[in-house]
Amino acid sequence: MLSKFQIFKIGFFDVAPHLLSVIPFGIIFGAIGIELGFDPIMTYATSLIIFGGASQIVFLQLLSGGASSLIAITSVGVINSRHLLYGAVLSEYLNKLSTIKKVFISYFIVDQGFAVSNIYFKKNKEQNFNHYHLLGSGITLWLCWQISTIIGIYLGSIVPESLGLKFAIPLTFIAIIINELRKLDHLIVMIVSGLAATFFYNAPFKSYILISPLIGLFAAYLIFKFKR
Amino acid sequence: MTWTSIFIAGFITYLTRMGMITLIDKDIFNENFRKILNYVPSVVFPSIIFPGVLLDDNGTLVAITDPKIYGALTAIFVGYFSRNVILTILSGLSSYWFLIFVI
Repeated sequence: MLSKFQIFKIGFFDVAPHLLSVIPFGIIFGAIGIELGFDPIMTYATSLIIFGGASQIVFLQLLSGGASSLIAITSVGVINSRHLLYGAVLSEYLNKLSTIKKVFISYFIVDQGFAVSNIYFKKNKEQNFNHYHLLGSGITLWLCWQISTIIGIYLGSIVPESLGLKFAIPLTFIAIIINELRKLDHLIVMIVSGLAATFFYNAPFKSYILISPLIGLFAAYLIFKFKR
Repeated sequence: MTWTSIFIAGFITYLTRMGMITLIDKDIFNENFRKILNYVPSVVFPSIIFPGVLLDDNGTLVAITDPKIYGALTAIFVGYFSRNVILTILSGLSSYWFLIFVI
């Protein structure tokens, strides 16, 4: 039986490769905040209070472009609504925890952390203290996001744009789902939701990020029905 | 005003994280629904990957010769056979840089 700290460390090591995209993205975000005319404290506050990379960029871009607060807030809500799906998946593994622990751990749920911890949970269903994996991955991502935002705020775009490091983001997500490519049903669902996202990308409030997973889940439902 | 917006946006984001975990009882979801939830990574991440590869900063389709497409294909190829996260990411990035800087 692994100790809490050992599981926490596994969470850290599982998520570590993804820092390759998180850290440059954090620096880019910090630099963008200042470029858009927000002061350092306000830019940083979005990392602490909202803590959701893509949604923070959209939020500051919309506000600086003169959009109303209502539109900026709605966009953040829509972009981050995917956490509802993560929560629904994770609830199965976290349901034994006290409410206080759930309230605390929730703050650290982000894409990459969910992805690596969900894989770990599936493989280690019987083990105690599994939530320490989510804490390990989540707190690592949180810390790196906070620090890289601050670096971006004070040092500006030290990541040369010519490197195109934004491309590391889709790459890390490819690495996350690569093993599911072996299953035909998952492959079909991936292509459906990916094409839907590309098609609906310019929909208002960045709602493609909500619409396309729902279309993908509907495809999954049809496949599931068909298989039975 | 901006501060108020940040706090409201933060609160809503937190609710999206916390809502399902804290407020939903495990037994609400039946077995079939759980099976559908297995597909969540396979529906959310391609929704980030496809536009990230196929669209440019303005949201228009890139050309078929775009280095991002070949970088992504390399990553998929290497990842599929190596099953290694770091190799997948690095192979995608290095082939992308090779196309940009060398060719």
